[in-house]
Amino acid sequence: MGDESGQQKKALVRWFIRASEVPLSKRKLLGRDPHPQEIFYYKGRSCDDEVDAESIIRPVQVLHLDAAAPFPESCDEDTLFVKMSWDSKTFKAVTSDQVDSGSADSAPSHLKPSLPPSPPCSPPAAAPATQGPSCRVLPTPDPAVMRKASCRETWSSRSAMSAGKAGRMEAESLHSASKLSASKCLSAKWTTAARTPGIRKKLNMSSPQKLSVDQDVLDRLLNEELESEGTLAQRLSASPPRAPPPHAPPSRLTPLKTAHSAAIALKPLSVIVNRRTSSDVDSPPSPTRPSTPSRTRPVQTLQEKEPLLSDLPELDGENSPSLPSGAGPRTSKRMSARLVSSRIRKQLNLLENHLDSDSDRDDQDQFVPLRTELQSSSEEDSGDEEDEEAGPPKRRRRGQGGGGPRTPRSRGQTVARTPRKTPNRKATPSTPRTPHRATPSIPCRSLPARRPANILEEARIRLHVSAVPESLPCREAEFQDIYNFVESKIIDGTGGCMYISGVPGTGKTATVHEVMRCLQHAADVDEIPPFTFVEINGMKMTDPHQSYVQILQKLTGQKATPDHAAALLDKKFSSPTPRRETTVLLVDELDLLWTRKQNVMYNLFDWPTRRQARLVVLTIANTMDLPERIMINRVASRLGLTRMSFQPYTFKQLQQIITSRLDKLKALDQDALQLVSRKVAALSGDARRCLDICRRATEICEHAAADPSAPGLVGMSHVMEALNEMFSSAYTTAIRSASVQEQLFLRAVIAEFRRLGLEEATFQQVFVQHQALCRVEGLQPVSVSEGLSVCQRLGACRLLLLEPSRLGILQRVRLNVSQDDVLYALKAD
Amino acid sequence: MSKRKVKDAHLPVGECITQLQKILRERLCNQQLPEKPEGVGAQHKHLLELLRRTAVHGESNSVLIVGPRGAGKTMLLKSVLRELLEEKEVQKNLLQVQLNGLLQTDDRIALKEITRQLHLENVVGDKVFGSFAENLAFLLEALKKGDRSSSRPVLFVLDEFDLFAHHKNQTLLYNLFDVSQSAQAPIAVVGLTCRLDVLELLEKRYIERVQTQLSLPQDFPDEKFAKDWNESVKALCEDKSVEEVLLRHFNCSRDFRSLHMFLMLCLSRVTVAKPVVKAADVLEAGRLCFADAKADMLHGLSILELCLIIAMKHLNDVYEGEPFNLQMVHNEFKKFLQRKSNSMYNFEQPVVLKAFEHLQQLELIRPVDGSSAKTQREYQLMRLMLDNSQIMEALQKYPQCPTDVKQWAMSAFG
Repeated sequence: MGDESGQQKKALVRWFIRASEVPLSKRKLLGRDPHPQEIFYYKGRSCDDEVDAESIIRPVQVLHLDAAAPFPESCDEDTLFVKMSWDSKTFKAVTSDQVDSGSADSAPSHLKPSLPPSPPCSPPAAAPATQGPSCRVLPTPDPAVMRKASCRETWSSRSAMSAGKAGRMEAESLHSASKLSASKCLSAKWTTAARTPGIRKKLNMSSPQKLSVDQDVLDRLLNEELESEGTLAQRLSASPPRAPPPHAPPSRLTPLKTAHSAAIALKPLSVIVNRRTSSDVDSPPSPTRPSTPSRTRPVQTLQEKEPLLSDLPELDGENSPSLPSGAGPRTSKRMSARLVSSRIRKQLNLLENHLDSDSDRDDQDQFVPLRTELQSSSEEDSGDEEDEEAGPPKRRRRGQGGGGPRTPRSRGQTVARTPRKTPNRKATPSTPRTPHRATPSIPCRSLPARRPANILEEARIRLHVSAVPESLPCREAEFQDIYNFVESKIIDGTGGCMYISGVPGTGKTATVHEVMRCLQHAADVDEIPPFTFVEINGMKMTDPHQSYVQILQKLTGQKATPDHAAALLDKKFSSPTPRRETTVLLVDELDLLWTRKQNVMYNLFDWPTRRQARLVVLTIANTMDLPERIMINRVASRLGLTRMSFQPYTFKQLQQIITSRLDKLKALDQDALQLVSRKVAALSGDARRCLDICRRATEICEHAAADPSAPGLVGMSHVMEALNEMFSSAYTTAIRSASVQEQLFLRAVIAEFRRLGLEEATFQQVFVQHQALCRVEGLQPVSVSEGLSVCQRLGACRLLLLEPSRLGILQRVRLNVSQDDVLYALKAD
Repeated sequence: MSKRKVKDAHLPVGECITQLQKILRERLCNQQLPEKPEGVGAQHKHLLELLRRTAVHGESNSVLIVGPRGAGKTMLLKSVLRELLEEKEVQKNLLQVQLNGLLQTDDRIALKEITRQLHLENVVGDKVFGSFAENLAFLLEALKKGDRSSSRPVLFVLDEFDLFAHHKNQTLLYNLFDVSQSAQAPIAVVGLTCRLDVLELLEKRYIERVQTQLSLPQDFPDEKFAKDWNESVKALCEDKSVEEVLLRHFNCSRDFRSLHMFLMLCLSRVTVAKPVVKAADVLEAGRLCFADAKADMLHGLSILELCLIIAMKHLNDVYEGEPFNLQMVHNEFKKFLQRKSNSMYNFEQPVVLKAFEHLQQLELIRPVDGSSAKTQREYQLMRLMLDNSQIMEALQKYPQCPTDVKQWAMSAFG
């Protein structure tokens, strides 16, 4: 079963969260100090329920306690307590059956998987089995991931979730089907982690020649890691040491084996890790294995055959029933994946021959009877699982195509490719799944990004426009209005339009996104009915009609021509369907969807008015009077009168925004901050501009600091300099650094304008003045061609506006700057 | 002095001069970057810091380098990149995309070029690229995948940045800047343009630079020759008249390319017989550079055509720049013949028409915009494309110009 997809197994998990993984700002919501062994039942949706079985580390006990009950004086460090649930917003009390049996899944026992590189902890094999339903495995998070999770607390709640996710895994049961999601998310995290991830080590180990060396290396690495993590080590020391297998001491390091042995003990109720995976990891047999050999005998022959199968090209088709005919027409990528998997199998085959012990064979065979048990015991789940199984193999294959065929030397790249397979992608229905479509991505960096070294660098990261703030200060009222509007439409199952206007940089798009995040969350916890969110941006398409294509693609994943897509959408929104979800459509940069007939806008605003459509359209543009200005009446009337305009930020709001972004980081002087915000508020109220100036000021401060390692606070002078850079007239600088003749020519232009009383003159007229000025200045008068070239240079800088140069001396000249500016610049020279 | 040098030279002087010209030409033709950019130290440091932060910290940035043509924008960027790529950490990470507004004339071509340079086309295999819309979605998806710390930073260099701003809706620019402002793959956008502003200040070093440009490197094979050459260049730079020419050139433009052009002219006059640049050479080159093209053209005209031009000049004076036609010009010419001329005689109308058309072909006169081709050629309205000063200058130099024609040209009224 595990072999059907090569070498991956998945585990259904439920997520718990440690108190330390709750964002700092939310921790106070708990109202008390968390118990050191307290965990919270995690109710956020953005975690993948399935993880790679390899990532399981060891079992722990999770005990449910009443909210009011005190924590028992437990001395066992493998026992964790659940009192509350956490849904990324609030803590709630949780009932015991919620925790124990979950909502839908009835798998009675739970294994908590954790991540490689796992510490060498071997759980007491017998202990979990006796615990029955409440048996869990403690997630021992990768220290790197933990660090990352904690350092990214300023991120949006969603990203915080995904970052912390790795630590919150909990297995409900392990199924031997291919699953990568956990390892995907892990490897995404690991690209920045300084330590050598375990997965890479495992890959390494799968080549038999290197086996012994690499295991030693792994051993050492893991030990180092272990020592560096004090708390972890402490916990680990509590778990009883496991007898090392006779011939391969490193085996105790492999996380898989521990999960495996734990699973054996639990056999009747759960869970086993696939043999394939175990042999991938080259974990030698565990001595604690007496329970099942007799039952597994019958299947052994099948196991023996497998390496032969693996050489056949049809391997995939035979082994994975979920992809019956997929292997044939696929692209070369699949081909390579198959090659890779067969190569791996060959190697494994070799390896198995090397390892001669019987117990190894027992190990291999164990999964089969367990599998049958599993199927019978978790029939309720089977529907779910089949759905899930249909999806994953594709993804896995692609990932393998990218990473599989590489040798251990190119590991950096293997991992580098993986981040695109984050579980988040699975959550978005928009990703097209057409078979030929490949997902592009920027290659990953071979060296990790450097971490900010001092306060200023940290501040710069937080001040960057791209940093997503945890909350949006100063837009509470607008947030509430939009939230109420959309929420009411979703609850009522009706549709509607809303027009949001405001000058650039006032937080329109950010607010709407925040609303959507909150609503999505509310939908996740069943406060409101579920809905679909689709976003299009007028600037990100080449033609207004492309919006149909994009909407259709994001809603259904279909690809179509614009006309066809429009027809399909029209049909979709006008035909009555029971139990249709509300669709929320965000149209950014609405003004670019303008066409002469305005049919795109018309359709977008007409669909919500249909009774069955259940479509909420939020439109964003810059100008307040856009509906009146560019829309014909029938379009404007369909848009309706729900308008909202975002006012430019006042200086106090700007100040608050920056303060909240810096979040107690002492990088900016208070006066300097006020100066920036006042200056920007007086000009545009653009928050982006404000952030940019602050960022530039930190750069200037860093340069100015005598000691680069300890730069001081950003003061008034730095901010002034940054402001001058941003707001100083480019023209003035240009005129001042122009050559003498160019300056003379500008003066001649002004003189001629004054003489004519017009703002325009021919070159010939100006040239006469120019020659006169030359004589006054004591310079040799220039020839006409020289004068023309001077004029052309000024025109190229756009200080002058010129007619095409083929007109020669007859071309007309106009100033592109005001006369006063020119005179000011020339005088100050 | 030069003869003495020839005797002392270890190498044949011809070889020396060939080598010298080769070295200096390379330097003048911008084939190699200068060791250290001069006069733009602050900008250099700033840009280097900015790009380094993108490469090392994954911080998205965008910068616009503005300056007049020939001010050294590209040189600045190139030298910054050269320095940046010497760092190992950067070299391994940074991806570069070079675009030029003159080559990528619309967003569709630009997108394809970006995809090609990022080697993303491998992802789609041999599949031929679809529509523009697909292309855009493809690239955006690729960029969206990355995040600050894991993806390799991409450096977009947009040469002739202003031309990209003319693309429809500025789709490319919007999306690039949008990516740089959101938490996607880290990118740095560097725009180079000559519009709007001048950042570089090149003023006073200019004349000094002439010397550095022309001096020889130390490893020139013949030391003696090199020393003499450098000395002569130094002497040259102290010469009053040379300085005047250079100053005049500098007053006119601060463009490096035109200076290089100018120095090339000097350099090409160096031969075996005359192995140093003399002041006279510089003056001659200056004369070549500053010469007025149109005035030179007048020297090649026949006397009839010149007379027609003078008649037009008078018409321009009388009617204050109003357009004229052939009949008016011919009348003016005839008046001159009747009153003053004794060396010239009247031409037939077809001959005058021929001369007139020749002038039009030379673009010394051009038809007024509104006048259609339907009107008879004799009555088509024309404008003179020459300035009075150009005409007078040409007359001074015209070989064997009749005195009465000269006088006619100088007189206030026809």
